[in-house]
Order: sequence, then structure tokens, then C-alpha cells
Amino acid sequence: MIPSSFEYFAPTTVAEAVSLLQKYGDDAKILAGGHSLLPAMKLRLSNFGALIDINKIHELRGIHVDGNISIGAMTTYHAIESSDALKATCAILPEAVSLVGDIQVRNRGTLGGSLAHADPAADPPAVMLALDAHVHVTGPGGNRTIAIGDFFTDMLTTSLQPGEIITSITLNPLGAGEGAAYSKFPHPASRYAIVGAAAYVKLEGGKVSACRIGITGAGPKAERQASAEAALIGTDGSAEAIAKAAEHAGENMDVLSDIHAGEDYRRAMIKVYTRRALTAAVERAR
Amino acid sequence: MTAITVTVNGKQHHSEVEPRTLLVHYLREHLNLTGTHIGCDTSQCGACVVHVNGESVKSCTMLAVQADGANVTTIEGLAHNGQLHPVQEGFWEKHGLQCGYCTTGFIMAAADLLQKNPHPTDDEIRHGMEGNLCRCTGYENIVRAIRYASEKMAAK
Repeated sequence: MIPSSFEYFAPTTVAEAVSLLQKYGDDAKILAGGHSLLPAMKLRLSNFGALIDINKIHELRGIHVDGNISIGAMTTYHAIESSDALKATCAILPEAVSLVGDIQVRNRGTLGGSLAHADPAADPPAVMLALDAHVHVTGPGGNRTIAIGDFFTDMLTTSLQPGEIITSITLNPLGAGEGAAYSKFPHPASRYAIVGAAAYVKLEGGKVSACRIGITGAGPKAERQASAEAALIGTDGSAEAIAKAAEHAGENMDVLSDIHAGEDYRRAMIKVYTRRALTAAVERAR
Repeated sequence: MTAITVTVNGKQHHSEVEPRTLLVHYLREHLNLTGTHIGCDTSQCGACVVHVNGESVKSCTMLAVQADGANVTTIEGLAHNGQLHPVQEGFWEKHGLQCGYCTTGFIMAAADLLQKNPHPTDDEIRHGMEGNLCRCTGYENIVRAIRYASEKMAAK
């Protein structure tokens, strides 16, 4: 399978990439790791007149841990899963991305590419929601920062505006009393999440003072679980409290049904995987 | 057409390609290196795995123009001076293949795995080979072949 013809550009600066995006408008697409885009183009599900390959923009790569965590948009999954700095400050992220696809996918696939594509079954969106990440973008109007809660708007759709490129993602390192974990039910062949749950918990004085849960795979987009979070806050984080809170996971959420799993099954798995992720997160916070 | 310069198995090639040319087609059809196979053509089966700048990639999911300036190693470049790479030797010794279609991709992926993790457990081998599918062997002898290579490389 071969994509339809396109013009190819490999800019070396973000400014150059943004001006190409402006020039070609809707006919242009950013090429990051290419492991979602190129298969779609080979199947002719997507056709673009201009591909703007941002792999040669070196400023978009790299992991900086210095008070807070900053990850360049073009940092590969492999770089994230093998980062000692991330393992020490934010272990959930290298653990979660080590479950993406296979080694070859992780050698090419990037964090920024995953977020921009917003695949409903991708792992990183759930983790970013649980960690309350911020997405930094550059566009024709300059730079802006998007809170992750405002980023995913629908299936394969984000609040990125035409001409904007993700440049980096920032996170807070996890400190004493904080813990986070990701638990995933992968499709056995594709490794995409049928249900993936990411949980963050903060304990203060033996009580849960903060909790964030992100679910991926189950609905049209990755989503926080407000009622389950509220049910855990103020409790002691015991197994009983977690089980009770997890029962609220999936409330007020659209859930998909497909050949891999029906809606009822996915709703049941949302609760199971939320419980597992919360249990591991609380254990780490203690 | 776009001009690219790619070093493949140590030899530099100057080529003109259409931007939509996939790396696997460039290797097979422009350079006649047909040891890299096209299996599923949907980045799942791993028959097309080659190394780009030392890392394993699925060459059906990368454009040839993206390899401009890169060092590419294919199965044809793995043996040195008539001496099989330990992973190739492992597949020979442990009968890690039947039809052989997936084999070159497995060998390239295993070589990358062992360079990242020289002493993998059987579980780590299986996890590391998730990107390669074999329809004949049931994987047992493939795991043995990679374990053989890991032991052989450690003994050196």
C-alpha cells in the first residue's frame, strides 16, 4: 500500500513549520512519529497535499527535570521509558508508555504526536489527565498553554487550532505522599487499550486529599472521572474506600461498543481497572 | 522527486525518490535488497524491521525521505566477513524458523533487543518480540534462538 502523492517538507525550526502550516492550510499535516498517520495515508483514509515532517526540529526533543518536568513534543516513547530522571520523579509515565505497541513503535512514536492525534484508545492521554499536564503550543499567534482538561474535545479531536504545533508537555514531579499508577487491559493483538485507567492520589495526615483518574480506551475520548475522584477524597484510601469509589467510575461518560468489547463489558472493566490503578497509586503514596 | 543520501549496510547511496516512497520499497525496489520482507504492510507483523541509526523500525511505516542522512542496516548487512551475527547463528542452531518469511524481521528486532538488554529473561524476550508475528513456529524455538545469541554474545 502506498499513500497518494504529497509534497514533503522537513523544516528545522518551529517557526518554519508554523509558516508551512499557514501556507498550506487544511491540505497540510504534521508528520511526527508517523505510526498513526502513515498507516491511515497508506489505506487512503487520509490524504494531504503537504506533509510537514518535524523530526528534524531538534528543539522539540528531550526530557528536562528541574523543579518541574518538561518533555519535548517529539520525545519518543523509547526515550521516555528509558529515562532515569522520569523513573525517579514520575514512574507512572515510563511504565505506561512501555505498554504502547511494541519496541519498533516506541522507537518512532512520540508523546506530542499521540496527544495531537487523540486516539481514543491511546495510553498517554489517560496518564496526562491523571497528572494534570499542560500542553504548550506554538502557532501563528505566538505561544499558549492548554490545560490537559481542555485539550481532548472529541474522538480524534483536540482544542489545537489550525496552524498550531505542540512544542512540549509539562508535569509536576511526584513528591512525598503522592502516588500514581496506570493499569491497562490491552487488546491482545494491537496492544491498544480496551480500557486503561490512570490514577493519581495524594495523602495528607492519612487521608486522601487529592485524586485524579483518567480513563482511556472506553469512550470516544480520554476522560476524568469526577464522581469517583470525589468519592475517594477525604477517605483513608483503604481497600474498601477504593472499591466504593471505583464503583462510580464511568458515570456520566459515553462508552463505546465494538467487536472487541460491548458497552456493558467496558463499563464493568472501567470499574475493575480504576480499582487496580487506585490501589497501586495509594500504595505508592504511602 | 526528492534527492536523498542514505548509507545502507555501510555503502552510501544517492537516490531520487518520490516523497511517498516507503523505506521498505526503497530498500527492496531501488537497492534490490529483498531480504527485508513486506508482510502485513500495516506496521503490525514486523517482517520489514530494519535498523535506522541503530534502532529497529518497521520500514513499511517510514518514508524513504525520512531516512535521508541516516545509517540503515538490513539483514544483508548483519553478518561480518562471512561470520554470521550471533542472532543469525541462533536461528540456525535452534531451528528458529520454518517458512522463513518472518525471520529476517525477527533477527533484526532481536539484534536491537539484545543491544538494549544483553541478558533478557525469557519473559523479556517475549515482551521484546511483541512487534513480530510468526505463523509457523509457535515462538518456542525463536525464544531459544535469541537466548542462544544472548549467551553467545556474553561469552565473547
